[in-house]
Amino acid sequence: MRVFVCVKQVPDTSGKVAVREDGTLDRASMQTIINPDDLSAMEAALTLKDACGCRVTAVTMGPKPAEAMLRDLIAMGADDGVLISGREFGGSDTFATSQIIAAALQLLGVGDEDIIFCGRQAIDGDTAQVGPQIAEKLDIPQVTYAGQIEKEGNTLTVRRLLEDGYMTVQVQTPCLITCVKELNKPRYMTVSGILDCFDKPVTVLDYNALKDQPLIDASTIGLKGSPTNIFRSFTPPQKGSGQMLAGTAEEAVGELVRQLTEKHLIG
Amino acid sequence: MILEEKYRMMQRNFRNFAETEFTKELQEKLDREGGFDWDMHYKMAKYGFLGCKLPRQYGGQGGDTLSYVLMVEEFSRICPVLAIYANTPNSLGSGSLLIYGTEEQKKKYIPQLASGEKKICFALTEPGAGSDAGGVLTRAVEDGDAYILDGRKCFISGAPVSDYAVVYARTNPELKGSKGISMFIVDLKLPGVSLGTPEMKMGINGYPTSDIVLEHVRVPKSELLGPLDKGFAAAMKTLDGGRLGVAAQALGLAQACLEEAVSYSKERRQFGKPICRHQAVSFMIADMATEIAAARELIYNTALEKDAGAKDAPMKCSMCKYYASEMANRVAAKAVQIHGGYGYMKDYRVERLYRDARILTLYEGTSQVQQMVISGNLLR
Amino acid sequence: MAFNSADIEEFRDIWVFCEQRGGVLQETDFELLSEGRKLADERGSRLVGILLGEAVADMASVLGGYGADKVLVCEDPALLVYTTDAYVKVLCDAVMERRPEVLLIGATNIGRDLGPRAAARLHTGLTADCTHLDIDMKNYLQFLRESSTVDVDALKFNMDDSNLKMTRPAFGGHLMATIICPRFRPCMSTVRPGVMKKAAFDQALADACEIERYPVKLEPSQLRTKVLEVVKESRRLVDLVGAEVVVSVGRGISRDPQRGIELANELAGRLGGVVGASRAVTDAGWITSDHQVGQTGKTVHPRIYIALGISGAIQHKAGMQDSELIIAVDTNEHAPIFECADYGIVGDLFEVVPLMLEELK
Repeated sequence: MRVFVCVKQVPDTSGKVAVREDGTLDRASMQTIINPDDLSAMEAALTLKDACGCRVTAVTMGPKPAEAMLRDLIAMGADDGVLISGREFGGSDTFATSQIIAAALQLLGVGDEDIIFCGRQAIDGDTAQVGPQIAEKLDIPQVTYAGQIEKEGNTLTVRRLLEDGYMTVQVQTPCLITCVKELNKPRYMTVSGILDCFDKPVTVLDYNALKDQPLIDASTIGLKGSPTNIFRSFTPPQKGSGQMLAGTAEEAVGELVRQLTEKHLIG
Repeated sequence: MILEEKYRMMQRNFRNFAETEFTKELQEKLDREGGFDWDMHYKMAKYGFLGCKLPRQYGGQGGDTLSYVLMVEEFSRICPVLAIYANTPNSLGSGSLLIYGTEEQKKKYIPQLASGEKKICFALTEPGAGSDAGGVLTRAVEDGDAYILDGRKCFISGAPVSDYAVVYARTNPELKGSKGISMFIVDLKLPGVSLGTPEMKMGINGYPTSDIVLEHVRVPKSELLGPLDKGFAAAMKTLDGGRLGVAAQALGLAQACLEEAVSYSKERRQFGKPICRHQAVSFMIADMATEIAAARELIYNTALEKDAGAKDAPMKCSMCKYYASEMANRVAAKAVQIHGGYGYMKDYRVERLYRDARILTLYEGTSQVQQMVISGNLLR
Repeated sequence: MAFNSADIEEFRDIWVFCEQRGGVLQETDFELLSEGRKLADERGSRLVGILLGEAVADMASVLGGYGADKVLVCEDPALLVYTTDAYVKVLCDAVMERRPEVLLIGATNIGRDLGPRAAARLHTGLTADCTHLDIDMKNYLQFLRESSTVDVDALKFNMDDSNLKMTRPAFGGHLMATIICPRFRPCMSTVRPGVMKKAAFDQALADACEIERYPVKLEPSQLRTKVLEVVKESRRLVDLVGAEVVVSVGRGISRDPQRGIELANELAGRLGGVVGASRAVTDAGWITSDHQVGQTGKTVHPRIYIALGISGAIQHKAGMQDSELIIAVDTNEHAPIFECADYGIVGDLFEVVPLMLEELK
């Protein structure tokens, strides 16, 4: 049994978010972190590993430096890492990204007893789309928003969180589960894990490694293969130094509520 | 120093752990109530931090001295007290075991310490013997297959929560000064061992300190640690590593003071501008940062030199401890000064850091003892 | 004709996936239909709701009351409770046959499970969590003028562009992006609940709404997950640190602390938030110290922070100044809290808060 964990390196938005004049994000000036939900996915996989000794493989798509993140995950307890990286993959939207990751997973081979864990969503896009789209392309069932996971044999019982409660869902392997932060508390690395992680394998899959996969062709990957395009990105008007609302209390409150409603902050 | 990738990973990991786990609530509780937080002890044990630089064959993590320094620094940056939790089992406690222990002793004790299952403290100081180890009055008298220990050790950090103590006792009263002293591993549950009440301290509350009283304690001969009558030399070697640990603790504490001072001075406005725009304040910050940077280079380098077996590494460990602990006190004082009256209030973190800093120039050899060691090395 | 998402000329109509849970239509349905109505009018096409479930046909006309010209009702026992496999299959079958140009889905935990998988099956793009939608360029440019720093009039735009322009925030609103899906149809979008304005229900429209039962084809072998139970839970208590909205009270409530805290509670309840307090309030014992925001309390960064009767001592500001939006109410117009507030009202909280509650009804 093998567990694949799909992870993403994201800019740390908890600090200052650097936006350039043209409205694009200045990623270079920001620290990168492992996407928080993905860490929960990794912890879910490692919990299974602790219980049944399965092999855990961390998979990511991104530029070369993302390899450092795979080392972190190996230091946490993953057995190996796979970095999907290539110029041809650049500019992919969620559709194209899931196409490429699904192709890589097909190449690695998803067996009948295997599980794919993803984070619910990445903090740089908040789309929550790549997980379900990988599942669709691999034609395996999915359960999203997992807040609790139990495994018995090849059956997983998952508590899927909803806004107003939860549902308990049963699914067989192979399947894909997306995990929320509340699922667990990710473990830290150990000192020995860090010392050893440089001896564990990290495989790099580039375009050549994947080009013969049925899911890969120029019309399904990269900027050209992405159904969605950015029409325009922009910054909202600068936050002013603050506004004192004048008039009677009624007028001031009325104006406040009007402005907040207009900005979709309440309503 | 440009750190190698593995050290940067460690630094990030230690920082992440400390920032997440050493909550403000926990720190305040420890400062207010003292005691010892067993949950944190076990949490550190779970990730192997208690055995950070202990060898793997004895259940440790196999890290080197720099890994250990980075751990203590990052932990201390958030909480100087909790840094001691991780520091002790790696340094003072296991140090002498690693250097002088027989294979049986190492196998028996180190894995338990690395796993956090058992704790050990280091008992050298006595009412009449501190820096001057020659004044040790605790006696160990041979009696068949055992030694009978009598005496009183004081200010023993961690004694109230420890299972074992490395006790220094005079085995040969004929020999004068630092000679004639031996080390014993004493199980604190043995008949005749009792503890004083935990001391009330100025700072580092949350890591209890007390006396250990030995009254006719029968310690098996198998628990003699290291060469008979030559324990003091051993103590000196053990203290090297511990001194580097205190230096790292001082470094982390100073870094915390700097960060607090920078952020406060940007927020606090006086005379129409943030106080950091006043040169009197900004220059203090420049001084703090410069001293911290200098200490960091010295400490990291010494860590590497120590592992490389450099001849003057022991002296440099003393330099690290001397410089960093004095530096941390200067930096903490400035941090409080920058906070003005607020810095005197318990609402602000610098108030506690200032009190915690005070121990640094005192324990594991006062600054004056470090000066003696350093000058002694140079004027041999 | 085989379905090909790239034959964009073949696609017509605006569709809204109407979500029901336990036989209850969701608020997002009405919001999306109201927004969809606007888009259908811009495009000159029909607005169609698609409703999946078991015995849900009776609810369909309500959807008409919010603007749907027509509702497709898909009923099957396997659709009683949401499952990915069943819902994706039924929705995609209908889309492949009827070919809508736009498909809107509420960005709920169900919509965000369904949408991406359906988009992947249909080979089209999906934009998540949209907060603004336009088809007509004129309307879009007007939106840009109001909501961006872009100098619209200095730029050239193709005024005939008829793609759905889907705008969404990124990085906590620091950046906005308008996304299009030019080469494939339908243009799919999930829309954040609560963002689109719900139109008033119109009985005449409801009566006029066409209801069509759409045949469902599901094989048990296609359903790979089994729902064992669905449990409703009242909202879990949110702690201060993770709260989206924090309403804090300060010394300003001293005239009647109990009433002041009651008002804050009510306001927080209305906005889906929690109550915080300054140290003065917790020290006085008016509220427990776990509510305290500030240097010695919690540091919060909610979407909206409302400070009621808090002067804004530096200790308090340290705990809240990184909030996305700060609203301050205090009687002293020189109170330092106003220096970090986005909106300030000089007034008595006992007068202002009831007015807010009234306005928010």
